[in-house]
Amino acid sequence: MNIGIEPNLTAAEEPAPLTPRQIMRRRARKHRSLMIGAGIILVLAFIALFAPLLAPHDPFVQSLGKRMLPPVWVQGGNWDYLLGTDQNGRDYLSRLIYGAQVSMVIGIGAATIGLLIGVTLGVLAGYFGGWVDHAVSFLLTAQLALPGLLLAMALVFIIGPSVWVVIGIIGVLHWTYYLVVTRSATQRIRQLDFVAAASASGATSRQIIWHEILPNLISQIIVIFTFELGIAILAEASLSFLGVGIQPPTPSWGLMIAEGKAMMFYRPWLVILPGICLFVLVIGANLMGDGLRDITAPEGRN
Amino acid sequence: MAPLLEIRNLSVSLELPNARLHAVRGATVSLDRGQTLGIVGESGSGKSMTALALMRLLPRGAEVNLDRLAFDSQDLTAVPDAVFAREILGRRMAMIFQEPMTSLNPVYTIGRQLTEASVRQGVLSAKVAHQRAIALLDRTGIPDPAGRMSQYPHQLSGGQRQRVMIAMALMMEPELLIADEPTTALDVTVQAQILELLAGLQCEMGMAMILISHDLAVVSEHTDRVAVMYGGEMIEEGRAAEVMAAAKHPYTQALLKAIPRMDGPPVKLAAIPGTVPSTTSIPKACIFASRCDFVRDVCRSGRPPVQGSDEHWRRCILGETELATQRQASPVAAMVRKAVEASTAPVIEARDIVQVFQSRRGLFGPKKEIRAVDGVNLTLKRGETLALVGESGSGKSTLARVMLGLSLPTSGSVLMRGKTLGGMSPRERAALVQPVFQDPYSSLNPRRTLAEIIVRPLELRGDGNSQTRLARVREVMDMVRLPQRLIHNYPAQLSGGQRQRVAIARALVTSPEALVCDEPTSALDVSVQAQILNLLTDLQANLGLSCLVITHDMGVVHQIANRVAVMLKGKLVEEGSTDAVLNHSSHEYTRTLLAAAPRFRAEETRLEFSGHE
Repeated sequence: MNIGIEPNLTAAEEPAPLTPRQIMRRRARKHRSLMIGAGIILVLAFIALFAPLLAPHDPFVQSLGKRMLPPVWVQGGNWDYLLGTDQNGRDYLSRLIYGAQVSMVIGIGAATIGLLIGVTLGVLAGYFGGWVDHAVSFLLTAQLALPGLLLAMALVFIIGPSVWVVIGIIGVLHWTYYLVVTRSATQRIRQLDFVAAASASGATSRQIIWHEILPNLISQIIVIFTFELGIAILAEASLSFLGVGIQPPTPSWGLMIAEGKAMMFYRPWLVILPGICLFVLVIGANLMGDGLRDITAPEGRN
Repeated sequence: MAPLLEIRNLSVSLELPNARLHAVRGATVSLDRGQTLGIVGESGSGKSMTALALMRLLPRGAEVNLDRLAFDSQDLTAVPDAVFAREILGRRMAMIFQEPMTSLNPVYTIGRQLTEASVRQGVLSAKVAHQRAIALLDRTGIPDPAGRMSQYPHQLSGGQRQRVMIAMALMMEPELLIADEPTTALDVTVQAQILELLAGLQCEMGMAMILISHDLAVVSEHTDRVAVMYGGEMIEEGRAAEVMAAAKHPYTQALLKAIPRMDGPPVKLAAIPGTVPSTTSIPKACIFASRCDFVRDVCRSGRPPVQGSDEHWRRCILGETELATQRQASPVAAMVRKAVEASTAPVIEARDIVQVFQSRRGLFGPKKEIRAVDGVNLTLKRGETLALVGESGSGKSTLARVMLGLSLPTSGSVLMRGKTLGGMSPRERAALVQPVFQDPYSSLNPRRTLAEIIVRPLELRGDGNSQTRLARVREVMDMVRLPQRLIHNYPAQLSGGQRQRVAIARALVTSPEALVCDEPTSALDVSVQAQILNLLTDLQANLGLSCLVITHDMGVVHQIANRVAVMLKGKLVEEGSTDAVLNHSSHEYTRTLLAAAPRFRAEETRLEFSGHE
């Protein structure tokens, strides 16, 4: 026997256990669709943020002499206007780049407003239960019974369209998912012993909610936020397409599809290009949401 | 004759996020027809994985390696999964799981679940299966078996569900029954009945049985042979009585000494230091070396040899004579249970507590009332440990919540140091009494580091500044013997015992006068339970704490309590000093509880104690 040569491997050389965050990071890195989704969102966010630097032309300058130029790969295309121009002779690529700005701002803004409303109501309902829960559940039922797009159209029509109004209305109409998830998660967490321990140490309800419950909801909230981002972007596009969202000349992908639809059969790129942009952005948001849900889900975690 | 089941050199490894866990290594099992084998081990010892590997029920990503796996002389490694599921699983080998609440499907009737497998496989006709199911339900002691067939699982109690599970496993008369912790989730009195039932059925039907448990006493009472597992390896195997009476591996010996006993004077438990090592690499030395009292250099450098006969072997370097001297060498300090005088001032007094829960079916449904606690008077005196004993549903945890001030009683009052709880601010109350909960996995916020968790009560009180608070945290961590290096770790990185220490540290950080511990050790392994019980006893002696300990384990009561109160259906049925209640209980229910507690046979007890005198 090789006494003294073989090292002791029982206790000293165990790899140190990982923090929950490290485990999550490892799972994230292995999750391909999460990486793709996050990549798409990051690239589009970058484009939106640096739109003035990236756009080759001013998206608002009209030039009637250069109306409806085709993209560069179609006969008659022009390297000056990579993706061609629209009915008013504005550079389509520049308008798409600025359109990313509108989509991002509205998506993030609306999803944040929904988050604030939904999480507040959900945590209160889940934590206090009783009549608070009944009241919130009634609100939820009422909200689910309303036809969302119709109501949004009516509201925008009454208040008058602007970016901020659109953000506000989409946000106010998209909080139900947050509420359902945070309410049931809060109901579960408030039964756990660490909440009882906190209240035995004299913590008030407010302190328990902020310090014990909310930190445990963060991963769920992030997941829903990502999904709601995609939903809000589509909602904005629908409103703009119907003419009650973003108003011209602000470049919005939905509005661009609406403006191009008259020429759809002769100049299909006017509709296809913003359509692709929307598709890629929403797919990115959904992939990211799916991935985040997978890596934060407790089942399958060791 | 060839054995019914033969497993040679079974290894199971599992995929973890950061490594491969070698959960079982080189396990060898041999079981004759009609024989019972107990597999004992603490959590993480690989005992369940061994059974799951045999039943092909391992989680995804698990890898199995073995030299031989034969059932009734048939090589099982050559049997494809589909054939195995059709011809062996359920028919010739059946398994009972730990959790009766979740192992029955809530949307199907008992009858359907009992008969489904046998009818679908064409073993029994629907009519015969129905009759057999009724007969088995009757045999397992379920009243009105024919009527039960059309009931759903939620209409049955936990014990009854476990009986249904047993009946289900026996439907096709298997030759081998594997019971994985069949009674761990049940009350003590029910536990005893189920184990009796299993033993009786095993005898009647002449089947072989593998009983997996963390409880040495349970296994020793009900099996012929015992295999002890530690860290994924089988380290000792022999006749049950012999292993209990003359354990030959230092781990088994230590485990036996860590169990609180109900006979003789309470002695300080010989806790095994440290925790079970996780086996993410294949160990090249003795797996127990890091916790062994008798460790030598050889143990750390190479695999220990297998010694002894086939009848009783162990994987340890120590010889017979060394073992005998070692067993006598470890002294056991007797502890004196202080008698608490009747005149001692009370810390918490509960007077005529009634707690009624009301529930409604839906918004307008009829009201239902449950009297969880029904007119209880209970006093916790200064410096004593009062054990509150009862089965689940007896209202003991509800009473504890009331005495903690976490919920207001329907009527009655709680006095802390003579002041009523209602007139107290939460902070005042927090300085008097603090809780320690059962489940160390849910009692710590998973998103906070250890330092944040322990310091929180001080922050809530606004005591001192961040530096004095941190100093106090370090002080309390020393008190509960938590290593300082863990201070910035998250609960997920700690073991169960360490977490329970954190919970105790959090309770102690504000220097309360009393602790209310709700089953503080029942979620822990035996060796860790001993550490925590010793810790609680020490803390109480050093700090003059008063403790209310809720438990269902009579051994724990005997170990730490000065006085005992017994609860049944919301009422206090007996109260008195520990010796009086354990030895001369006046209430029948207490006697039932005592009789049901698993214990070691008298002969072994004598052997164990003669060594120390």
